[in-house]
Amino acid sequence: MATVLERLNHALHHAMEMDERVYVLGEDILDPYGGAFKVTRGLSTKFPGRVLPTPISEAAIAGIAAGMALRGLRPVAEVMFGDFVTLIADQLVNHAAKFRWMYNDNVRVPLVVRAPMGGRRGYGPTHSQSLEKMFLGIPGLTVVAPNVLGDPAELLQAAIADEEPVLFVEHKLLYPCQWLEPGHSELQDYSISKMGSERYPAFTVSPVFTTTPHLTLACYGYNYELARQAALELTMEREIFCELVVFSQLSPFALDPLLASLSRTRRLLTVEEGSLSLGWGAELVARSIEAQDGLRVRRVAARDLPIANARSLEDAILPQVGAVVRAAVELTG
Amino acid sequence: MVGYNTPRMDDHVSLYRTMLLIRCFEERLLAAFGTGKLVGTTHAYIGQEADAAGVFAAACPGDVVFSNHRCHGHYLAYGGGPYPLAAELMGKSTGLVGGRGGSQHIQWRDFYSNGIQGGIVPVAAGMALAERERQSGKIVLVFIGDGTLGEGALYESLNFAALWKLPLLVVVEDNRYAQTTPVELAVAGTMAGRFAAFGIPVWERDTTDVLEVKAAATEAVAHVRGGAGPASLILHTYRFSAHSKGDDPRSPAELERLRRFDPLAVHAPRLTDAERQQVKAEVTAAIDEAFTRADADPLPALLSNR
Ligand SMILES: Cc1ncc(C[n+]2csc(CCOP(=O)(O)OP(=O)(O)O)c2C)c(N)n1
Ligand SMILES: [Mg+2]
Repeated sequence: MATVLERLNHALHHAMEMDERVYVLGEDILDPYGGAFKVTRGLSTKFPGRVLPTPISEAAIAGIAAGMALRGLRPVAEVMFGDFVTLIADQLVNHAAKFRWMYNDNVRVPLVVRAPMGGRRGYGPTHSQSLEKMFLGIPGLTVVAPNVLGDPAELLQAAIADEEPVLFVEHKLLYPCQWLEPGHSELQDYSISKMGSERYPAFTVSPVFTTTPHLTLACYGYNYELARQAALELTMEREIFCELVVFSQLSPFALDPLLASLSRTRRLLTVEEGSLSLGWGAELVARSIEAQDGLRVRRVAARDLPIANARSLEDAILPQVGAVVRAAVELTG
Repeated sequence: MVGYNTPRMDDHVSLYRTMLLIRCFEERLLAAFGTGKLVGTTHAYIGQEADAAGVFAAACPGDVVFSNHRCHGHYLAYGGGPYPLAAELMGKSTGLVGGRGGSQHIQWRDFYSNGIQGGIVPVAAGMALAERERQSGKIVLVFIGDGTLGEGALYESLNFAALWKLPLLVVVEDNRYAQTTPVELAVAGTMAGRFAAFGIPVWERDTTDVLEVKAAATEAVAHVRGGAGPASLILHTYRFSAHSKGDDPRSPAELERLRRFDPLAVHAPRLTDAERQQVKAEVTAAIDEAFTRADADPLPALLSNR
């Protein structure tokens, strides 16, 4: 049994061990502190020359990573809080994501920017957001998020091995979660199939007690937890059966696993923690309907407000299990 | 250990040839816009030729270069040929990057450019880190203009470069204007002071004499290559053409006064008449050939998402 945090930390150790081109850079990543969320713990002790503590300079961190990647290294940069991705937007969008295509495939930009996102920890408006939607749909930029169904270490290693720039979105609440290694009891009433790309697979979680699930719940990252709890409640209390499609790759869109599920359920409910408007779910819904006429759809997401500090307000703003249940009931009603 | 390490030709004739190649290329390019064969915009290097010729006479051919929107002169002085650049500017499939980048976004060997002001400097710093870690012996040269001194990413990068002693040379070409904005309206304090604040040594010259540029660049390059960390080279110069195609707030009289700083005129007396004529003939032929050949090339097609 291992937590997501342990698996991510392991991935960095492993990658640095296996490949001398891998460098890790970011703020406050040196031991004994080992990074704000401890993902980089132990690295600076083991690989002192390749772990580069930086000043508070997110734009330069990302730009430097892009330059390193262009010239043969494999940098993994940490943005201390995902909220600060706004400061690296130019570097990702106008530099890293552009180089390969703009230079006619002459170059590669194998960089990873890791960003701890998400709320529910009372960090308030500027340290709780899920801003990844701002980086979805940027040609040349891959956005990936780990979840507990796949091995987070494998996912991070795949991102480090990727020739394209990758924004690697880690929900803070995932860190202490256990990775559900195959055969884990929590999933005994469900079968899990790995679908989509080998590198960044999606997971279809199907109830074994029915061949005709009523709806498809699509989510990524930590929101699998919300979707799972909602699915349990819906099964137990309403006899509404859900199939879950949990994405690892958010952008570019790879929808095959979702479309396969929708052809069975004909109902789509998306769950995300970013704000509702113009979000991941909106695009998922649009693409699904373009591909399959007559679907019924709903989205659950954060309200279009900054995320408050007070627990009561934060709970009211961020999506909760109850909201997923209600939306599912509406959708099947 | 720098790749393709033959020293550049830096005799009087070669320096003149480089500058004239840039001048004639840019003049031909501006003329071609009038014929409708080119779309978009371009930033001509006319007037600043001594900077590129002098700096690249001091650098090694294998060094890494990150240039900006005004990159044609840098590319030609780096050793790039006029034909694939002309083809790129015409949007041809044979262009440097197959027509995808155009005037501001080119790449060839260890030469790169991007049209985003300031954001190229952290990228160049990262390249410098990579070259040092890979012990390639290469240094990285990044070119910025006076107006780009306003971008914050620059100062983050200078801090990094100094802290990490990166083999990075920042070349500031102060042509006294950023598009239409004169330097007095955009740059507080001194240019040198910005680098000095980070402990980065400064070589600063107010000249359009290619030999003076080369001498200063040689010292700055030697400092960086010696492993002592980054350096800056601030070159005060003049651009004779408009910022891009038609945006020039300066009066004809002001432009006329600047002509006495023409780097070609400054350097020309060091050559014989025969040498100048010979160079002129070579350059004219090369540019004719480049544009004529590029003109006949096919346009690119979008084959897939890649
Ligand atoms: C980030 C950014 N802001 C604005 C521009 C638009 N722009 C292109 S060139 C230019 C002026 C640049 O001035 P300077 O740095 O002095 O270089 P010069 O053009 O004089 O060579 C501007 C404002 C840009 N390309 N990138
Ligand atoms: Mg300028």
